[in-house]
Amino acid sequence: MLLQDKDRIFTNLYGRHDWRLEGARQRGCWNGTKEILEEGRDWIIDQVKKSGLRGRGGAGFPTGLKWSFMPKEVGARPHYLVVNADESEPGTCKDREMMRNDPHHLIEGCLIASFAMQANACYIYIRGEYVLERERLEAAIAEAYKAKLIGKNNIHGWDFDVFVHHGAGAYICGEETALLESLEGKKGQPRLKPPFPAGAGLYGCPTTVNNVESIAVVPTILRRGADWFAGFGREGNTGTKVFSISGHVNAPCNVEEAMSIPLKTLLEQYAGGVRGGWDNLKAVIPGGSSVPLIPKEICDDVLMDFDALRDVKSGLGTAAVIVMDNSTDVVKAIARISYFYKHESCGQCTPCREGTGWMWRVLERMARGEAEIGEIDDLLDVAGQVEGHTICALGDAAAWPVQGLIRHFRHEIEDRINNYRAGKPVFVPVAAE
Amino acid sequence: MSVRRLAAVQPDSFAFSKDSEAKIAFWMNKYPEERKASAVIPLLWIAQKQEGWVCEPAMREIAARCAMPYIRVYEVATFYTMFNLEPVGEHLIQVCGTTPCWLRGADGLKAVCEKRIGKKGRGNLSADGKFSWEEVECLGACSNAPMVQISNPYGDYYYEDLTPEALEAILNDLAAGKTVETGPVTRRHCSEPTEAKVKVLEDAALFDGSYAKPVTLPHSARAAAKPDGDRKSKPASGAAGSAKAAAEAPKKARDTAAKAKPAAKKPAAKKPAAKKPAAKKPAAKKKDG
Repeated sequence: MLLQDKDRIFTNLYGRHDWRLEGARQRGCWNGTKEILEEGRDWIIDQVKKSGLRGRGGAGFPTGLKWSFMPKEVGARPHYLVVNADESEPGTCKDREMMRNDPHHLIEGCLIASFAMQANACYIYIRGEYVLERERLEAAIAEAYKAKLIGKNNIHGWDFDVFVHHGAGAYICGEETALLESLEGKKGQPRLKPPFPAGAGLYGCPTTVNNVESIAVVPTILRRGADWFAGFGREGNTGTKVFSISGHVNAPCNVEEAMSIPLKTLLEQYAGGVRGGWDNLKAVIPGGSSVPLIPKEICDDVLMDFDALRDVKSGLGTAAVIVMDNSTDVVKAIARISYFYKHESCGQCTPCREGTGWMWRVLERMARGEAEIGEIDDLLDVAGQVEGHTICALGDAAAWPVQGLIRHFRHEIEDRINNYRAGKPVFVPVAAE
Repeated sequence: MSVRRLAAVQPDSFAFSKDSEAKIAFWMNKYPEERKASAVIPLLWIAQKQEGWVCEPAMREIAARCAMPYIRVYEVATFYTMFNLEPVGEHLIQVCGTTPCWLRGADGLKAVCEKRIGKKGRGNLSADGKFSWEEVECLGACSNAPMVQISNPYGDYYYEDLTPEALEAILNDLAAGKTVETGPVTRRHCSEPTEAKVKVLEDAALFDGSYAKPVTLPHSARAAAKPDGDRKSKPASGAAGSAKAAAEAPKKARDTAAKAKPAAKKPAAKKPAAKKPAAKKPAAKKKDG
């Protein structure tokens, strides 16, 4: 059973309607916000916990729990909410649509979340390339100020400012502490944890960093009830989620669906199916470039949620589904992802700075077949040395796709190496129908 | 990591224009008074939009404005790849080459740029001096792949759902001084499904104001506290009834075997932080945007 329109949160995801305040209000934004705040912060956090909402930025950490880590009382240092809108994970393009087409969901969510964490100020860190999205967001915020929905002495009774800040093209700033460094005007190099941001984040003050989608769904959850949201998906994987579908499908798109939807259903119902039919599928990267790919046999019946994908040694990540059909040079595809991580490594930790480049160079050779069979295990070994040995998760993110490739397509790399030695063509693409 | 250096040839001086000054005031107002360094990225960007690139004297000027050592500005300018450290073409074509775009034909777009403009590299100008191009990493429009971002004095917008022919047409128009429409070159509006088997976001009730009617919060603690709390527990109108229906339907898919396991490690982040000087609340400021 597919999600029905009446249960979608982002009702203007495709920009068919007015994104401005008036249109957003018509669709239910800013409805009952004052009543929500009047319920009190404990109620809000409790409802978010009960909804089962897990962070939508990749790690899937329970949002309500994260909020409860903030100090209960405001001390000498003010509290901050920082929204991570540095959407840069290859395959992911959901926050962009929310910010340009449904910005008031996010702004209302910022107010509610900030109130729940006793923050009077919120920064939205948007990636520098999203120029149109930033302009929209700024315009929507200006409208909200004008209507006294936010700002000093607003109608909701909680003084609250929201500021848009932008980056300048660094994937690493999507990591929460790198983002805070960047927001403080430094290079985006992740911090050691602890201290965690809830203890010392932006400007050394207690801070919570949340993904755009995690914040933007909150007002609707509170208006419609935690059990409404928790009614979608499997236990521990609840709610609705915007899936970004890209690659070799007939019609790539963003779509909001219930969690735990079967991957095959998602692709066939919304994206026009795999190019050339389901049997022409080779592999899928189910959660953005950081997670290991899964071959067709697994795609046949896997569910799209945190636990199901973890069980097949992949992950839901940002729910960005990258589809590859049989014409794909899968070694090259992963080599290109490795290049991405080489390019985006911040250079702080040696295993990542050196390892990402090393993995990329070896994969490029393997794509051409110019390698030794033994190097496949060397590559696996190096990936294992990078994984878990860096300050932030970029090292892991660089290692996982490589490990996934070798796990499922080792034979293909071996064939190439053998073909190269035998003087045969190393890769002959199968044409998509 | 990407290694970037300043251009060998630098101008003697740099000054912000009047337009830029207004933008600077807008940005500076967003951060606490003693946290001016936060504005360094926006200011570098303003300098770049004014001159087309970021020169060394501009970095020194920005260091003064942001009350930070020059070397810190230099670090930032060389770390973040959106800053052009050398003059670029009037139209800088940034072709996304990361896997999702590559799968849908980014190589074809790169070939067009190579043929039409010349060698890759943002400082390599085309014969007419109007263009340069480079390959960039994921621009976050993967459902509209392949795509490019074109930076020029009037904006930095996305051109999506491209084909080599469509990109060539865009380049021709730009060369002829015409304006080009941004967004998908097909008839697509954003990233909506075009071949979905079901209708998505077309239910009229979503847009007719049903959702703007007053709602009663479900699970309201305040309503429960009232002795005669006769409030309904459902949201109004369009939303009514859906909570129940929704709660029932997807339960079929439930797999009790998969238990919630909140992802790994996480803090008991209540450690008292080092006593840094507390930043003042920017809340006290007036926003001018």
